[in-house]
Parts: sequence; structure tokens; C-alpha cells
Amino acid sequence: MELLLVLVLGLLYAAGIYLVLRRSMVRLLLGIMLLSNGANVLIFVIGNITKGSPPVIGSMEKVFQEVYADPIPQALILTAIVISFGLTSFAIVLLKRVYALVDSDDLDDLNTPEEEDI
Amino acid sequence: MLFTVLTGLITSSLLVPFGKLIKTKWSIVLPFIPVILFLFYLWHVPVIANGTNVIQHLTWVPSLGVNFDFRLDGLSLLFALLITGIGAGIFFYARSYLKGHIYFDRFFAYLLLFMSAMLGVVLSDNILTLFVFWELTSISSFFLIGFNNDSKASRNSALMALSITGMGGFFLLAGLILVGNIAGTFVISELFAYHDQLVSHPLYPLIVGLICIGAFTKSAQFPFHFWLPGAMKAPTPVSAYLHSATMVKAGIYLLARFTPILGDTELWKITLMVVGGFTMIFAAVHSLFRTDLKGILAYSTVSALGILTFLLGIGTTDAIIAVSVFILVHALYKATLFMVTGIIDHETHTRDITKLKGLRKVMMPVFIAALLAALSSAGVPSTFGFIGKDLIYEATLNFRESWTIWLTALAVLTNIGLVTAGFRAGIKPFSGKLPEMFQEASLPNHSMWIPPLILAVLGILFGLFPGVVGNYVTHQTADAIAGGETDMHLQLWHGFNTVLTLSGATLAAGIALYFANNPTEEKLLALERFNIISSQHLFRQLGKGIRRASSWYTNKIHNGYLRSYHFKIILFAELLLGYKLWLGGPIQIDYANLTPLSWYEFGIVAILMGALYIIVTTKSRLTAVVSTSVIGYCLCLMFVFYSAPDLAMTQFTIDTLTTVLFVLVLYKLPPFINFMNRGVVIRDAVVALGFGIIISMIVLRVLYEPVTTDISDFYGENAYILAKGKNVVNVILVDFRGLDTMFETVVLAVAALGVYSLIKLRLKSSEKE
Repeated sequence: MELLLVLVLGLLYAAGIYLVLRRSMVRLLLGIMLLSNGANVLIFVIGNITKGSPPVIGSMEKVFQEVYADPIPQALILTAIVISFGLTSFAIVLLKRVYALVDSDDLDDLNTPEEEDI
Repeated sequence: MLFTVLTGLITSSLLVPFGKLIKTKWSIVLPFIPVILFLFYLWHVPVIANGTNVIQHLTWVPSLGVNFDFRLDGLSLLFALLITGIGAGIFFYARSYLKGHIYFDRFFAYLLLFMSAMLGVVLSDNILTLFVFWELTSISSFFLIGFNNDSKASRNSALMALSITGMGGFFLLAGLILVGNIAGTFVISELFAYHDQLVSHPLYPLIVGLICIGAFTKSAQFPFHFWLPGAMKAPTPVSAYLHSATMVKAGIYLLARFTPILGDTELWKITLMVVGGFTMIFAAVHSLFRTDLKGILAYSTVSALGILTFLLGIGTTDAIIAVSVFILVHALYKATLFMVTGIIDHETHTRDITKLKGLRKVMMPVFIAALLAALSSAGVPSTFGFIGKDLIYEATLNFRESWTIWLTALAVLTNIGLVTAGFRAGIKPFSGKLPEMFQEASLPNHSMWIPPLILAVLGILFGLFPGVVGNYVTHQTADAIAGGETDMHLQLWHGFNTVLTLSGATLAAGIALYFANNPTEEKLLALERFNIISSQHLFRQLGKGIRRASSWYTNKIHNGYLRSYHFKIILFAELLLGYKLWLGGPIQIDYANLTPLSWYEFGIVAILMGALYIIVTTKSRLTAVVSTSVIGYCLCLMFVFYSAPDLAMTQFTIDTLTTVLFVLVLYKLPPFINFMNRGVVIRDAVVALGFGIIISMIVLRVLYEPVTTDISDFYGENAYILAKGKNVVNVILVDFRGLDTMFETVVLAVAALGVYSLIKLRLKSSEKE
């Protein structure tokens, strides 16, 4: 399964980067979302995945009696998901604002022409 | 001595807050700063004449060997007297010259900064401190040359001077550090003992090259000479002070200072003689063709600096005595001539030698000063210049047998040029009939004509009583340069000998040339046709080339398109990571440790890939967003299978929220624009896939590494015992790393505020396009 997840994260990264290189703002944003998903999978995979044994201590015990999934990558990913939601939601609203101002989804329309720089 | 350096620096910075005050009559305090410093050094003359050196030691960065070590010996004293003495004259002069100028305070701040830096250069006994002050003189010179900052020519000249001297500074620093490392000390007075060790070191030629470039750039030696005529764009007091009497002599000072440390080898002598010899004749010839008074003086200054370098190259006792005297001679008459030029410019508003005539009728005292200076520069008997010239001829005559005739011929030719240049600058504007246009000209304020007059008179007095100045000042200077006793006795009259004949011949030829050759615009233009092969032209072209290359590079890299930046960053990261991966050798996979794959997992991955394909290719925005949420849900399921229920819940919630938000916003947007160019798409796809592959390979490599679970075990064992929680992930987030989570909440709150205010923001109609 690890190999399959490695393939998945590679594809997520590739698709994310491809979208980031596009000219449309919405695509850029989707690309960033895919990249953050890819990063989550990456952390998840290298933290040694385990099947069917969540890091929750049984109701009768005080410590783990058997093998349990590594809690640290999970804690990290949880944080990452929430933070990336903050980023995404802000970016979505910002995108709407930009659209309202320049009436376009094209990143190039945001550029100041060279002549006006001087 | 530290206080003499600091006085100027402190006053200079005080001029920033008190600038307004100093523009009023309080400006009279300024010239008294150099006067007091001059008296201080004058008071030291007898001490140094006794053969003792004054030393002051202050630690600064002892671990690096950088200290404020100051040492006053004969060489430093001569320079300190010139800097403060001529400085005092210049300060009085400039106060009238720039009266009412809007940047009056700024000018004196720069000038004081320069004076302190220059004192620092000549007093430092530590080569690194010397370097710091050295650079400070370049910087203050930059500001002073570009003082008329609304003129483009002025700014260009300032930049040119700074780039030449600054470049020289880099070479010098490298040379100084080499010297310090080989000798193991940065203290100049200790370096004298390492002469043999330095000279025999394999890096010696490199050191000589580096230090000479530093000195030659500063002292305007060929091929770096051109910045000095350019520097004449500065106000005339600056030209008089920095660019003839003091700063440009810093290079000479450096060479003189290092003569006992690095000198006395063929390499040293030949380098200095060739460069100095060429510069002095080259500049002397050039000075004959200038029509601008300052141009004449600039080139004759370059020529005089060439003579000094040349003499240091000869390096015999005679030559060193000649150096010590000629520094003083030149400073006295050249500062006078510059100040006179300034007065002429100030009163008649022209410096064109072909127009200026008969000014003696309106400004007699100025004419007297100019005449005396011109006579001294020509080396007329009974002037100090006469003694200086005698010593130069004596030095060339007493050098090696086979070279004598050539060196002497060179010196004579140069001096003929200097005689003519001196007369042209000092006598020509005053002779003849006063034209109509200058009838209005009048004698300026006395504080402008008294300083040059004093300097000119000193030039004569020293000539009449050479013994005084010889015994008390220049003798010790020569001793310091030679690093031993030089038996010096200056005399006005040496009897009838070869030297006297040469002097007479020089004078006669110079005067003849003065009458025979009149510089005109046409001749200057004819000369300027050769500019194409001059080093100045080459340097300009180099500068233009660098500017063009960097603007091309900037436009290429920094083109303003976001995706192009992304592309470059990603490509660079790929190359770097790929190279590192390649270095690590082949990737191994430990099949035994892999978790088995079940059919439903395979199904989910298949769905995920399908969704990815749709996102990348679809033309509909909504489809893309929905596909993204499909990917989120797939990952969510993956988390469920692999024992991460909390992640699954979070992912599910967040993904849903994001999609809803997206759709809410997006229904207003236009459909995707597709500016797809096939070539670009393929290029991006290759780069993106490459990045995916590299990341995957990195993960594979990481997977092969053994994992330590110490920290996880700690959390697992203590989650209930210490924190009374059974869900370890939750316990980590809210208890063990609770503070982190709190800040995460803060981040979310900030994002929420941003979202809220962006939604609430009502644009004024004028802001809408």
C-alpha cells in the first residue's frame, strides 16, 4: 500500500505544480490545495502507516496494550489541514474581490504595465 | 591623536541637527577646527624632529587584530600638517566661496568627514584601520564630487571616481590581508621587521600587484588616471583640497609607507618607475592641450603624482628626499593655483583660458599669489619648487649608470610640461589687456584671497630658508620612508653643476613652449579623437556592458509573471533535489515491511487518479472544484483505513466547507479562460511530472530509513497517566502541544477576520474599474 500512496502523493504534487503554472487564478488556487493534500499524504506515509489500530487507548486500560498507529504525524496533519483551510478560505474570498475589481480570472491582468512603473 | 580624528567626525555628525545654525554667522567656528588641529600637529614638530615617534594604542576588535593604533612619525606628520594646514585655508576659503549655498551645511559635513578620514589614513598604525579610513575618503570624495547633484555630469563623475577608487580599495584590502597573514601582524610598525620574509614569499608579486592597484587608483596613475580630471566637476575648494593636495596623495602615502616593508626589490622599483614615468609624461603632454583652467591643473596634478610614484620607484636616498620635498612643494603651489582658479571662476564665471585676460588689473593680490605659485611650480631659483626640481634631477642623475640619461630626459620633459602648465594657469589669465566683459569683475572677500596668498608666500619662504623646513619636517619624512637615516641638508644654492644646467634648460624650454603653443578648442578636439582608445573609454564601455547585461538578466528573470517565477523556482528546486538524489545512489525498497494492499484501497486510488485527471484537463470551473472535493473525500477514506479517525473527520468537514465556499463564490465568475499553448503545456507537464517523480523518490528513500519512535512512545505511554485523555492525537494537540494549538487558533481567527472584512468591504464607485 505504501507504494500506491507514494504514487498518489507524486501525482498530487505533479498535478498541483501543473496547476500552479497556469494563468487562471482559480487554477492556481486549486493547485495550492492539491499541493497541501500531497504534503499531508507525504507526512502520513513516512510516519509508518498501520491498519486498524487507531491511537486511542482502550476504555479499560491506562496504557496501550498492543501496536498503535503513530500519533505524531496525525497531529501534524490535523494542524496542517486546518491551517490550509484558513489559507484557502481567505484566498477564495480574495479571489472574489479581485474579480470584482478587474473583472477577470487572468493573472496577467493584475500586472502593472512596464511603462507605468517608471 | 584619536581626538584629532574624532573631532571632525563628531562635528560632521553635529552638522546634521545644527545645519540651520551653521548657515548663519556661526559658520565662522568651522575653519577653526582645522586651525586648532594644525596647531596641535605643529606643536609636535620638535618632538618628531628629535627622532621619537608618538604612539597611541586603543583596542577595538583585538580578536581580529583590528585596533585603533595611531602612530605619528615623520611621514605622518608631513601629511597631517598638509591636511590640517591646507584644510584650514580651504575652510576659510570655502566659507566665502559657498556663501548662501543651500547645501552649505552639507558641504562642510562632507569636508569634515573627509578631513578626519584622511587624518585617520595617515595616522593609523594598523593596516585594517587604515583601510577603513581609506574607504571613508573615497566615500566622502564621492559626495563632494557629486555635490552639485542636479547636474548629470557631476553625478557621473562622482560615480566614476567612486567606482575606480572603490575597485582599487578591494584590491588593496586583499593585498593588506595577505601582508597581515604572512607577517602575522596588522601593525605597521611591527611589519618593518618582516621585510625579508615578505619579499621572499612566493605570493610577493601578487601582494605588490594588489597594493599597487590600490595606490594607483587612488593616486590617479595611468591607466586609472581619468577619474581625476572628471572629479573637477566638484566645487573648486574640493578640487584644491581633495584632488590635488591631500586625498590623491593617499596613494603616494601608501606606497611611501610600504616602501620599507615591501620595497627595495626589482619588481617594486620597475613597477613604480614604469607606471609613474609613463603617467607623468602622458599627463604633462595632456595638460598642454587643455583650455579649461581646472583641466590644466588636473592633468598637471596627475603628472606630479606620476613624478612622486616614479621617484618612489627609483628608491635611492636622493629620490626619497626628493619625494618628501616635492610632496610639500606640490601641495603648496597646486592648492594656491586651484584656489586662484576658483576665485577667477567665482568672479568671471568662466574658466576658459582662451577668454581670460588681464585680470591683474582688478584683482592684484590674487595675481601675486598666482604668480608666486606659478614661479614655484616652474622651479624658478629662490622658490621652494626650485629645490624640489633640483632634488628630482639629482635623483635621476645618481641612479644606475646606464639608465641615467633616459630617466633624466623623462624628468626634464615632464618638468617642461609642468612649467608651461603652471604659467598658463597662474600667469596667462592675468596678463594682457583686460577685455570689456571682465570689467565688472572685482576682488572677492578677503577670506578667499588670503589663504592662497599665504600658501604661495610659504612656497617662497621655504625656498629662501630651506634649512628650516628641511631639518624640522622633510628630513624626518624621508627617514620614515627610507626606514633609516637619510643625510638630508636642503640648500638653496648647490653651485654650478649639471643639475643647475638642467634646471635652467627646463625653465627656458618651458617658457618657450608657453609662448609657442597656445591651446585652442581645435587642438583639444583633435586630441579628443583619440579618446576611443583611452582607458576611460574602455572603462565606460565596460560599465555600459555590465549595466546592459544586468538589465537584460533582470528583465529575463524578473519579468513580472507569477507563473514564470513559479516555473523558475520549481525548476531550480528540481535540479538541486535531483542532483542530491543522484548523489545518494540507487533507491532500495524494503518489500517485507510494506502493508498488504486490498481491492477497495486500489479502487479508491483509481477514483482519486480519475479526479486528478479531470481537474487538470477540464474546462469547467465547477467540475474542477467538485473533483478537488472528490480527492479530499478519497484521502478521507484513506485516513479511515489507516487508523486515523480524527484526520478523517477533520478532512471531511474541511473539504465540505471549502467546496461550499468555493461554489458560493464561483457561480459569479466567468468560465475558465484557456490560453493554452501546446508547447507551454508540454513544458509545464514535464516539469510538474518531474517534480512529482522526485518527491516520490525522496519519500521512497525516507521509507527505507529506520524510524525511531521515542517521542511517539512517550506520548502513547503518558497520554492517560499525565493528561487523563485516551485519544492520543487529541491529547497531543490540546495538552502536550496546547500552546501551539492556541496559536493555530489565532491564525484561523486572523484569517476569519480577513475573510469577514473582505466580504464586508464596500468599494467606492471610483475604485471600481
